[in-house]
Amino acid sequence: MSLNNDIKLLHNKYLTGLKREKKLVRFYQLLIFLLFFSSWEIASHHSWIDPLIFSSPSKIWDLLIIKILDGSLAVHLSFTLLETVLGFIIGTLSGTLLAAILWWSPILSKVLDPYLVILNAMPKVALGPILIVALGPTLTSIIAMGAIISVIITTIVVYTSFKEVDPNYLKVLQTFGATRSQCFKEAILPACFPTIISTLKVNVGLSWVGVIVGEFLVSSRGLGYMIIYGFQVFDFTLVLLSLLVIAVFATIMYQLVELLEKKLIKNGSA
Amino acid sequence: MDFLTLKGICHTYFTKSSFTTALTDISLDVREGEFISFLGPSGCGKTTLLSIIAGLLKPTEGSVLLENKPVESKKNDIGYMLQQDYLFPWKTIEENILLGLKVNGRLTADSKAKTLHLLEKMSLGKVETSYPKQLSGGMRQRVALVRTLATEPKLLMLDEPFSALDYQTKLKLEDLVSSTLKSFKKTAILVTHDIGEAVAMSDRVFLLSPRPGKLHKTFFIPEEIRSMSPFNARSHPMFNELFQSIWKELESLEPE
Repeated sequence: MSLNNDIKLLHNKYLTGLKREKKLVRFYQLLIFLLFFSSWEIASHHSWIDPLIFSSPSKIWDLLIIKILDGSLAVHLSFTLLETVLGFIIGTLSGTLLAAILWWSPILSKVLDPYLVILNAMPKVALGPILIVALGPTLTSIIAMGAIISVIITTIVVYTSFKEVDPNYLKVLQTFGATRSQCFKEAILPACFPTIISTLKVNVGLSWVGVIVGEFLVSSRGLGYMIIYGFQVFDFTLVLLSLLVIAVFATIMYQLVELLEKKLIKNGSA
Repeated sequence: MDFLTLKGICHTYFTKSSFTTALTDISLDVREGEFISFLGPSGCGKTTLLSIIAGLLKPTEGSVLLENKPVESKKNDIGYMLQQDYLFPWKTIEENILLGLKVNGRLTADSKAKTLHLLEKMSLGKVETSYPKQLSGGMRQRVALVRTLATEPKLLMLDEPFSALDYQTKLKLEDLVSSTLKSFKKTAILVTHDIGEAVAMSDRVFLLSPRPGKLHKTFFIPEEIRSMSPFNARSHPMFNELFQSIWKELESLEPE
């Protein structure tokens, strides 16, 4: 009886310990947040840093309210979000598809190997001007930027993981007389879901880079346009506002991918 | 008429810098319902031989006839059990055992019920919705056996299926596999490096010598041992005698 109580007591102690640790972590996270923005505000207010370049949280906040009320932020944001999400999805899907084609044909993968290496090494944003001339300064070329930046690395990473699937899983399927497409569907693809998800996480960041650079170049609308416009008229409050909005939405996209990960990967470990 | 015939099987692996002959001149016949074992030290091409019989690998020379027809993996005549269970971790147990039927389009309500019944018979009635990770090694290998038997293969290949298990589980599984195969009257080929296992389970034991692998000697297991379960066979006096003579043969194969 007393032993039982002791264990309960110890368990409670352990739980309170966990709770306390969590509280501590949250506290410091909040502290960093508040310290950062308040010191930014104070430093800017007292001109310790150049308020023209670094602006201040209060000015950014005021601008945010203005931009929300006049509706322009929503317009720019929706364009950028649409481009990024589409670029991200197209990039990841076509990368995975390419990887599947390479897996399907070993000869093709050998033939294409050096070209993949070159394409991967090349900075894709440098293709921006060509894309814009070829596809026109439109939504399409920006989406293409968002996609092209992630497609090659996705292909390489996913193809590598396709090749690394334990051949014994394929042997099991082959003894059942499975065709190559059945092998792909039953073993290769599901075995690589974790890798595909982790490339998704990388691609969230990459697509934002592609889209923002695309908007820099096209300069007609979107958050990238807001940045380049703010830079040209020396309105750094606008630049920083755009940056913060990008940070928030990129984080949201990342969280969504993590949610997808939990849905897709089920092996009883949860 | 023999059930399975191997005629002059030779196999050579080629690499850039060299070639290795894994098997030379293997010829043997297996009767329907017979349980045979390939025993030998590592590097004697046991797994290569199984892959060839299963039709997964084309031999450099020779032919394999199952009921007088060349084997094809497409026809599901052959079931294959590997050293580890290789259950698909992202599939539930039910999805795993029905995989073979699904792959060759024979998944019906009837075949499904049959397979689930087989799972129950292996005393694994309540795990259909679990994932392989949640099962113990012995349970997983039993699930793998159900998966292999689900497609009703004529010939069963067992590629050291018990080698990754602890001793107690291994002995229990040997009994289970042996009695299951007997009740279904399946022909089976076991590859192992465990002399006791080969003697306790089989009707005939083929001893292979290494580099290149060839048939060295055949041991016929007497009826007294064959009629016993593998576990009981181990305590039969003749078991030890056979064990010793195979042991000596194996010793003589070891290079000095």
